Amino acid sequence: MAKRRMMRGSIALAEGAITAGCRYYFGYPITPQNEISEHLSSRLPEVGGVFLQAESEIASINMMLGAAAAGARAMTSSSGPGISLMQEGLSYMAGSELPGLVVNITRLGPGLGGIAACQGDYWQATRGGGHGDYRLIVLAPNSVQEMHDLAIRALHLADQYRNPAMILADAILGQMMEPVNLEPPLVEIPPKPWALTGARGRKAQLIKSLYLADGEMEKHNWKMYAKYQRLQEAEVMVEEDLEEQMDLLLVSFGSCSRMVNSAVALARSRGYRVGHIRPITLFPFPSREIREASRRVGKVLTVEMNTGQMWEDVRLAVHPGTLCRLLARPGGAIPAPKEIFEEIEKFVRAGDHFAENIC
Amino acid sequence: MQKIFARPATLLDTGFHFCPGCHHGIVHRLLCEMLDHYGLRERAVGVPGVGCGVFLYDYIDIDVCEAPHGRATAVATGIKRVQPDHFVFTYQGDGDLGAIGTAEVIHAANRGENFTVIFVNNAVYGMTGGQMAPTTLLGQCTTTSPAGRDSRNDGYPLHLAELLAPLEGVAFAARVSLHTPAHVKKARRALQRAFETQLEKRGFSFLEFISACPTNWRLTPYQSVEHIEKNMLRAFPLGTYKDTGAPASAAAPEEEDTANAVL
Ligand SMILES: Cc1ncc(C[n+]2csc(CCOP(=O)(O)OP(=O)(O)O)c2C)c(N)n1
Ligand code: SF4
Repeated sequence: MAKRRMMRGSIALAEGAITAGCRYYFGYPITPQNEISEHLSSRLPEVGGVFLQAESEIASINMMLGAAAAGARAMTSSSGPGISLMQEGLSYMAGSELPGLVVNITRLGPGLGGIAACQGDYWQATRGGGHGDYRLIVLAPNSVQEMHDLAIRALHLADQYRNPAMILADAILGQMMEPVNLEPPLVEIPPKPWALTGARGRKAQLIKSLYLADGEMEKHNWKMYAKYQRLQEAEVMVEEDLEEQMDLLLVSFGSCSRMVNSAVALARSRGYRVGHIRPITLFPFPSREIREASRRVGKVLTVEMNTGQMWEDVRLAVHPGTLCRLLARPGGAIPAPKEIFEEIEKFVRAGDHFAENIC
Repeated sequence: MQKIFARPATLLDTGFHFCPGCHHGIVHRLLCEMLDHYGLRERAVGVPGVGCGVFLYDYIDIDVCEAPHGRATAVATGIKRVQPDHFVFTYQGDGDLGAIGTAEVIHAANRGENFTVIFVNNAVYGMTGGQMAPTTLLGQCTTTSPAGRDSRNDGYPLHLAELLAPLEGVAFAARVSLHTPAHVKKARRALQRAFETQLEKRGFSFLEFISACPTNWRLTPYQSVEHIEKNMLRAFPLGTYKDTGAPASAAAPEEEDTANAVL
C-alpha cells in the first residue's frame, strides 16, 4: 500500500531516487537545491549508500560517470551554473552510453543570475547541452508527487536506454509542500552486462567515447540517433486537458503549467473553449500530440518562464497554418492566472494579426 | 631450457603505437607485471586520462573506463566507491593531471581515495603535438614556448609528488625514472609499494614516472636518456616522498637520490 505523507518537493525527489535503488550521490552545494543533498547526506548511509560532497560540479558528474560505469544507479543535483559545469561530463556519459540522473533545480541566468524560479535552462536541457550529437532524456514535473514519481521514472529510463536523464524543475517545485503517495521500494535494476566489474570469467570490457577509425563515429552517432527515435516512439509523457470544440490551445510545462491550469479553469468559467497540453517529457517532446490538437484548434498560446524556448519546439510541432503566440516571463516573475486569462481572451477574440507567428 | 623473461599475461600481444624511445610502453609493462604479480586481472579497473596513454585498453587486458581530460581521479572515485574491493588505478599525463585535472587530483588525494595514480611526466603535451606543460623545464623550448619556458610569463615546473605528499589522505607518493635498467628496477619496486598501499587499504597512492617524449623533445631516444639524466632529474628529484606503510628508515628517499630530494 502506498503511504501518503506531506512532503517538500526536493525531499520527495530524493526519496523517489532511493525508492528506485539509487545508492550513490555526488554533488556540490548550490541554492536552490541544497535540500536534496542535505537530505541524502543522512538518508543514503542509512540505506547502505554513499553520499559524497565533491569539490565541484565537474568532479560530481565525473564521479557519477565512474559509478555508472561500475554498474550502479547514481545521481547528482545542481542548479544552472553547476549544470553548465557538468556539460562536458554529460556529453561523455551520452557518448559512452552511461545512465545516470541529473537534477536541475533551475535558477535565473545567464551568469550568476538569481535564485528565483525560471525555465531558462530548457534549451540547455533539451538540446543536449554539451558538445556533440546527443540528447538527454528530460522530465519536467509540476507537483511534489511528480518530483517523486519522475525521479523513479528517470532512473529507469536512463538504465533502459543507457543515456543520462535529467529532471528539470525549479525552486517552486523544490520548496513547496504537498501530500505525496510514496511507492514501496521497487528496485528493478536491469542487468548491466556491460558494466566494469572486473574481467572475471569474461573478456575485458571497455567504456569509451573515443572513435578514431574511419566511419566509426558516424556509425556510433546513428546508433544513438536510433535510440533517440525509440524514445520518441515509446516514452513520450504528456498531460492533455482538451475539449471537443476548442477556440484556443495552451502549451506549458513545469511549475508554470499550474498557473495555466488555473487560467484555463477561469477561461472555461467565462465560456471560453480552451485546451491545455503539458509536456511531461521535454525530450522526447510530445510533438505528435501538439500537432493533432493544433489541427483541431488553429490557435496555440505557449506560456513559459523564459523568453520563448519551448515555443520553438511548439512551433516545429504545430499543424501548418496554426497561429502561434507566446506569453513569456523570463526574470523570475510567475505569470499570474489573470494575466494568462487576459492573453487567452485577447487571442481568442483577435484576428490573425494578433499572432506573433504563423506556422 | 628455463624461460627467464616473458610478456606478462595481462599485456596483450600487440605492438604499441608509442613513438620509438617513448617510455609509456615501459610503464605499461611494469603495470602488467604488477597486475599479474598480485593476480588482479579479474578485479582491476583502469582509468586512462586523455593523452598518449588513452589507448591503455588496446594493450592491457583488464576492464577500462575512459575519462574526460583531467577527470580520471573523479571517475576513479566513482568506480572505487561502488567497488571498494576492486583494484582501481588512473593513468595520466602531466597535462591531464598537472594542469586541467589539478583540482580533481588534489581532492581525491585529500579524501584519501584508496586507488593508485600512475602519473607519466614527460614535461610536454605529447598527444597534442608538444605544447608547454605545467612540468616543462625552465628554458625548455616547446611549440608554445618557442623561446624557452620563461618563469616571468609561464611560472615554474610543478612538482606534483611533492605537492601531494603532505596531504593527510596520501599514503604513498614517489617519483621514479625509467631511463636506465637500474632505474626501471627501482621503478618496479616503487610501483609494488603503490600497489600494496591500495591492497592494504591505506589510502591514496601516487607514483610519478619521469618519462621520455623524444618526438616532442626533438631528440633521439639516446639523447632523451641523457636529457633526463642531466636536466629532468635536476628539476624533478627522485625519491619516496611518503610511504605510510614503510618502516621509518625505508620512508626516506632512496640513497643515491637523497642529494636531490627536497622532503
Ligand atoms: C577539455 C579538453 N581540452 C583539451 C584537450 C586536448 N588534449 C588532448 S591530450 C592533451 C594533453 C596531453 O598531454 P599529457 O596529459 O601531458 O599526456 P601525454 O600525451 O604527454 O602523455 C590535451 C590538451 C582535450 N582532449 N579536452
Ligand atoms: S608523442 Fe611523446 S608521449 Fe606520445 S607516444 Fe610519442 S614519444 Fe610517447
